[in-house]
Amino acid sequence: MDPRDFLGIDASLSAEERDIRDAVREYARAELQPHVADWYETATLPARELAKGFGRLGVLGMHLEGYGCAGTSAVAYGIACRELEAVDSGLRSFVSVQGSLAMYAIHTWGSEEQRERWLPRMAAGEALGCFGLTEPDAGSDPASMRTRARRDGSDWVLDGTKMWITNGTVADVAVVWAQTDEGVRGFVVPTDTPGFAANEVKRKLSLRASLTAELVLDGVRLPADAVFPEVRGLRGPLSCLNEARFGILFGTVGAARACYEAALEYVLSREQFGHPLAAYQLTQRKLADLVVEVNRAGLLALHLGRLKDEGSLHHSQVSFGKLANVRAALDVARTARSLLGANGISLEYPVMRHMANLETVLTYEGTEEMHALSLGQAVTGIPAFRVG
Amino acid sequence: MTNIVVLVKQVPDTYSERKLSESDHTLDRESADAVIDEINERSVEEALKIKEAGEGEVTVLCVGPDRATDAIRKALSMGADKAIHVSDESLHGSDMLATAKVLAAAIGKVEGVDLVIAGNEASDGRGGAVPAMLAELLGLPQLTHVRQLTVEGGSVKADRETEEGITHLEANLPAIVSVTEKINEPRYPSFKGIMAAKKKPVETLTVADLGVDSGEVGLGNAWSTVLEASPKPPRTAGERVEDDGDGGTKVAEYLVAQKLI
Repeated sequence: MDPRDFLGIDASLSAEERDIRDAVREYARAELQPHVADWYETATLPARELAKGFGRLGVLGMHLEGYGCAGTSAVAYGIACRELEAVDSGLRSFVSVQGSLAMYAIHTWGSEEQRERWLPRMAAGEALGCFGLTEPDAGSDPASMRTRARRDGSDWVLDGTKMWITNGTVADVAVVWAQTDEGVRGFVVPTDTPGFAANEVKRKLSLRASLTAELVLDGVRLPADAVFPEVRGLRGPLSCLNEARFGILFGTVGAARACYEAALEYVLSREQFGHPLAAYQLTQRKLADLVVEVNRAGLLALHLGRLKDEGSLHHSQVSFGKLANVRAALDVARTARSLLGANGISLEYPVMRHMANLETVLTYEGTEEMHALSLGQAVTGIPAFRVG
Repeated sequence: MTNIVVLVKQVPDTYSERKLSESDHTLDRESADAVIDEINERSVEEALKIKEAGEGEVTVLCVGPDRATDAIRKALSMGADKAIHVSDESLHGSDMLATAKVLAAAIGKVEGVDLVIAGNEASDGRGGAVPAMLAELLGLPQLTHVRQLTVEGGSVKADRETEEGITHLEANLPAIVSVTEKINEPRYPSFKGIMAAKKKPVETLTVADLGVDSGEVGLGNAWSTVLEASPKPPRTAGERVEDDGDGGTKVAEYLVAQKLI
């Protein structure tokens, strides 16, 4: 019995999925783990360098086909997210935004020209993307967005503000969703277009090893071919969010596992009243809860991953996974924090860093409440998103 | 076109606890995670660099049980073109001489080999003699403990580093090279490489396929036998010196007595 994989979940991975797991672990151990606490403390991230490393590894857009992407299974993508988020949710966010939001949007909804122009460079990590849907006054209710794209001759002109945009300050291209006369449409916006500005969001207490921006679009003029040709309405952006949530429901298993492992190691070595903390029944109660939550989340993620690879995963099942696994990870992080005592609040240990990160993860890509409403609607048939 | 064979060994992960089995004192493969030996990642990297600088083909050769396919797959994921896996129950417990004979026979299956690249020493057995034995068996020049390697036309140049110094060597191809940790930094396998690896040809051979007499291999035919094995005793507590203002002098005296300074 392996305390790191209590239910032997990874034994059911294919050889290829295990190789991808090992490649990410090896990369993370050498290139990410030694630096992540410093990035977190200083709220910086060497984004360009990271992108190149991730690009060489092949993690960016890894589950997409063609255009320089590796074309792996959904489970393999999930496992990569799990191993990255075991280091830090900010690093998994970096990969989610590039692969599941920006690249997936261009891959799924873009024209052939847009795909060929952006995807190979984005897969290689030479170009960074971001995804602008949320606004200062439009979070869970994206239909209320104020960003507007109007026609001017054959051009499009965009005005508005987007908020909480990961990698916004370093992106070469932004996928921006805006209201038009035909409903919400998506635009591929090179960030050097006049009128485009990105301001860093400072003073974050969570996800500090991640760059967050406000995007300001002030008369951003784009040619006719900058718009996604077919998709209209919220179906476009929501399809992308569904992809990112899939990465999260795997990723949080990694964050939870990292907290559990840190706590286990700690209680085995820390002695009080003449015995290791691990020898006390109150500690073992907590460890049992942790190992149950980590493994249950892991099983759920793998099950949903297999459904996705079969092509039968419903978006309400993704909501189930995101709701259940982020909540589980946050519980694990908080309990693990208590097991580490005072050391639990230090950046010398990963636990409180994960705990603070998971507060963001609970909210972004659909808040915990919205996913609960999505499940409520799925089981009752009655939508309860609006009052009245 | 340089035709390169890289020798790869699967070993217990140095991060895990490694031990010998109690029944026959051979490696207990079940007790530890098995990984490709790190020095072999460097061997593969060197072969790939030679291939990428010109033209070539890289064949991975591995002698080991069925699960050694994981180590082979990693080498293929890094970019090697194909593999030969010699897997045979009769090989269990083989010594270096038997292993070298099997490797020599397997190398003979690859047409027109220019270069064989091995690690200088496996991290489990730490014999370090297989490359030299292979050179002897195949009648090829050996360049061991190499920290820098260049292939030019029909010859190979190498910097051989030992504790005594660096020797600059040159030999005609084909030749056998063993590399040290200083040779390079191996690449990470990319996901595209991992996806491609499963489609690359792996030829699995038995001892009989190689024409090697099974009476020459295995634990029963090894030239030496492990009678007993025990872990190193834990370190004893060090010598304690009280600092009465002369601590520095005492430390210096201790180091002089140990001939360390």
